[in-house]
Amino acid sequence: MLKKRIIPCLDIKDGRTVKGVNFIGLRDAGDPVELAKKYVVEGADELVFLDITATLEKRKTLAEMVEKIAAAINIPFTVGGGINSVEDASAVIKAGADKVSVNSSAVKNPQLVADLAARFGSQCVVVAVDTRNVNGTEKVFVSGGKIETEWETLDWVKKVEELGAGEILLTSMDGDGTKAGFKIDITKAVADAVNLPIIASGGAGTMEHFAEVFTQTKASGGLAASIFHFGEIPIPTLKNYLKEQNIPIRWK
Amino acid sequence: MIAIIKYNAGNVKSVYNAVTRLGYEAVITDDFETLQNADKVIFPGVGEASSAMTYLKEKGLDEVIKNLKQPTLGICLGQQLMCAFSEEGNTDCLGIFPIQVKLFPSTEIVPHMGWNTIYDLKTPLFNGIEENSDIYYVHSFYCENSEYTIASTNYILEYSAALNKDNFYATQFHPEKSAGIGEQILKNFLSLKT
Repeated sequence: MLKKRIIPCLDIKDGRTVKGVNFIGLRDAGDPVELAKKYVVEGADELVFLDITATLEKRKTLAEMVEKIAAAINIPFTVGGGINSVEDASAVIKAGADKVSVNSSAVKNPQLVADLAARFGSQCVVVAVDTRNVNGTEKVFVSGGKIETEWETLDWVKKVEELGAGEILLTSMDGDGTKAGFKIDITKAVADAVNLPIIASGGAGTMEHFAEVFTQTKASGGLAASIFHFGEIPIPTLKNYLKEQNIPIRWK
Repeated sequence: MIAIIKYNAGNVKSVYNAVTRLGYEAVITDDFETLQNADKVIFPGVGEASSAMTYLKEKGLDEVIKNLKQPTLGICLGQQLMCAFSEEGNTDCLGIFPIQVKLFPSTEIVPHMGWNTIYDLKTPLFNGIEENSDIYYVHSFYCENSEYTIASTNYILEYSAALNKDNFYATQFHPEKSAGIGEQILKNFLSLKT
């Protein structure tokens, strides 16, 4: 049986993990490679690296970092942040990333999704969608959630499926940072609207929140950052809990 | 020396990384002689069947791969290209395994992406691997179960997780991305007797 995936997300700035990491036993907790290795040992099913480096100049180090990560870990990983062209994607895929994630650049130029799918295959193309409820309608936001677009979320996910996206990373801006749980309604609606794997993100604060999203929606993965980085919910504890709830989880 | 076939498909580097992590010397190459003289050959790949076959034929690699005598492992697209025909782009493939590659019916989420179990494990490729171990998949096309099946998986329907015929082995899953279990499977392949 296909397992539900637990996916830690690492925000990278200038080649370092940000969001204050607080692991004991890491030589350098800010080193994404060290942190990635730790998550692999703990049983993470995949990893997502989001580059939030502001300047183009410093972003050139991204490919080097991806190369180091690829050499060090033996599970799949996605790289996103600032991928605006097939060339950008090619650099990180060549360096060893399994998938690339596009967000604002896809809204700006939807053809990018089709171009990426044609060049690398749909399985390489994750479309990250930031959604927020605006007067009762879920709308797509870009530029780190700052700018509202004209797209209704359900229309946008259907559009990217048509264009050849292989997976959707759905972040509810309303849930993000609240630790009040994944937003079930929109996650369920998106998962029902398309025939693609959905990674739910934004709002995870407890182990029950993961159980909720996996039992009440068709989401195939749950992504979180700080609860893993700060050690609030160790991955083995989470997986053990989900297994006890009879949710299919990779164990060992 | 382990030779990894260089062609127009992605993910070749991940396989190289996995093999070298296990302590083997590996080379990514499309040189005929290097391929023919390697201890083991790995035919990896993430990509699209028809463009991959066109490329292999242009380079003459199709004939080289078919005639390899040492243990050879196809991974994912590599496995599918080793079959006779793929529905992806209606492509005639290498025909090492005389079976068809089919598109999943889209009654469920496609691609099949994530960790799933393998069972009915046969051959030394799975030495030390427990039944129902989880390994990593990402694919939209599959090989039906046949006399060449040496492991099965169920997603939408039951199909071949791995194949074997003579010196040719193939996995639909990605051992290079399947954590410790995948590492063991790769190690098993690399220790097969030549």
